[in-house]
Amino acid sequence: MDSVRSDRNGSSRIPVALKILIAGGFGAGKTTMVGSVSEIRPLQTEEILTGAEGADDVSGVEGKTTTTVTMDFGRITITDDLQLYLFGTPGQDRFWFLWDELSQGALGAVVLADTRRLADCFPSIDYFEQRGTPFVVAVNCFDEQHRFAPEAVARALDLDPGVPVVLFDARDQVAARNVLIELVEYVARRQLTAAGRR
Amino acid sequence: MTHDWLDNDAGPVVRPYAMTQGRVAPADCDFDLVAFVVATVPDMPPGQHLQPEHHAIVAAAWEPISVVELASQLDLALGVVRVLLGDLRSAGLISLYEPPAASQPHDVDVLKAVVNGLRAL
Repeated sequence: MDSVRSDRNGSSRIPVALKILIAGGFGAGKTTMVGSVSEIRPLQTEEILTGAEGADDVSGVEGKTTTTVTMDFGRITITDDLQLYLFGTPGQDRFWFLWDELSQGALGAVVLADTRRLADCFPSIDYFEQRGTPFVVAVNCFDEQHRFAPEAVARALDLDPGVPVVLFDARDQVAARNVLIELVEYVARRQLTAAGRR
Repeated sequence: MTHDWLDNDAGPVVRPYAMTQGRVAPADCDFDLVAFVVATVPDMPPGQHLQPEHHAIVAAAWEPISVVELASQLDLALGVVRVLLGDLRSAGLISLYEPPAASQPHDVDVLKAVVNGLRAL
């Protein structure tokens, strides 16, 4: 920008922003994790009313095509030029369309698993596998919970070889941050392997 | 004027798309969540038929700001912000910087910088 006004700070360079999705079943700790590593804020997005499939009667409001949904988002400022955005994906299946937009160009995803309800994270894993979005599985260990070895979780989830599985506590900032590091390193490894194959 | 029965829990008094005159899609293209917006003018020129929300966006976008950040900061639905951004872009009041194409692999140096940055948190 060749702005001549002086009240704009510095050179106003456009930062690079990277998206990371935090997915998993209801109550798996998505909001907790976004909140422990970043300043969490609510974001209003839309839910598109499909009319035909919905249980709600839309007669009389046929012109209304959207309604709002709130999801969590957080930002980590790495440097002035580099920002990391975390999006807690809406849990219910009817919000899949929001996932498409969120995963577009995303760096990767963290799938939160709760070993008491492991099946809750299956849809997230399926989704990212199908889209080829790199992801790590983070098992949120609540205090009183029986711990499983990461290998056992990987087997139970039938993960592709190499997909990292980590145990962590979503409330712990350092632990949550380490999960993000694990993801970014995994993405970098995949990229190098892909480049080597070319 | 105060209303006893209106508070944050009661929700907004104005329906979201009232601000966009019922339009739910921006005039031209879509705006990525992490696209950055920069105002091209410090103040809105008079005579433009724009809403207070348009002014709020221009004010917030004096420094580069992402679409998602705008929505959150101004407490507007993402779709509403996109429609308003479309208006502002048509009027030449903002510039838009889209993120690199989704098909492009992420730069390994950028990934390293992210890891280092996260370690330093």
